[in-house]
Amino acid sequence: MWIYEKKLQFPIRIKNPNPKMATLIISQYGGPDGELAASLRYLSQRYIMPIPEGKGLLTDIGTEELAHFEMVGTMVYQLMKGASDEEIKASGAGPYFTDHGRGVYPTSAAGNPFTAAYIQSKGDPIADLNEDLAAEQKARSTYEWLLRMADDPDVIEPLKFLRQREVVHYQRFGELLMKVQDYVESKKYF
Amino acid sequence: MTVNDRARLLDEIRILEFMAVELNLYLDNNPNDHKAIRDYNSFTKQLMAVKDEYQRRYGPLSNFGTALSQSPWAWLNDPWPWELD
Repeated sequence: MWIYEKKLQFPIRIKNPNPKMATLIISQYGGPDGELAASLRYLSQRYIMPIPEGKGLLTDIGTEELAHFEMVGTMVYQLMKGASDEEIKASGAGPYFTDHGRGVYPTSAAGNPFTAAYIQSKGDPIADLNEDLAAEQKARSTYEWLLRMADDPDVIEPLKFLRQREVVHYQRFGELLMKVQDYVESKKYF
Repeated sequence: MTVNDRARLLDEIRILEFMAVELNLYLDNNPNDHKAIRDYNSFTKQLMAVKDEYQRRYGPLSNFGTALSQSPWAWLNDPWPWELD
């Protein structure tokens, strides 16, 4: 089971609302390379990991991604919260506001609702870990595109933290892939 | 003043927990690194102590039987993590 911890992994205190930025950052909440997809991917793939290292790492990174999901949701909430209806309209965040008001909804920045089609769980640990390596790189890219569009340090700092975590996860998945390959080789799996 | 104390304790918790998360992920791939396990246990002990102090003063950090509650039910104490504090 899971236990909730009533705190963010990294502090977020955004003082100036920015509804347009909220509707871009939302992509890391419910978009194709977002944190919900990441968590769901790893927590679904872990069942067929053949070695304890794999069961542990996918459980733990899948859990950390849920903390990132909460961080991204918090950024969206705080960026929308203080904005007036007029500011929302002028900023171009009107389409999001029409469907979700100031609420937080898992969608991509382009407006596609979250779908499990963003992830795979192939029943093959080598295939799954290769997908995970790509997923971490794609999430890193998304944070870099978001950082190019951000100008508020209150927004930039948490985005930089999240970007760095993608890099660390990529490293850990790479090490795990080598271990799983050695294991499969030693068992003459096929 | 109380708000600052609370924020300071939360930052201490975040720093120690970050060390624990990093070592945890590393140890998942390196379960025989005894020095890293000693570090993990040391950060975990410090983290448990700071969490205890926080929870005695500001209410539970986690639910479902993992921390004692003051009366009234302190799980509901504001602020929640997404609220500015």
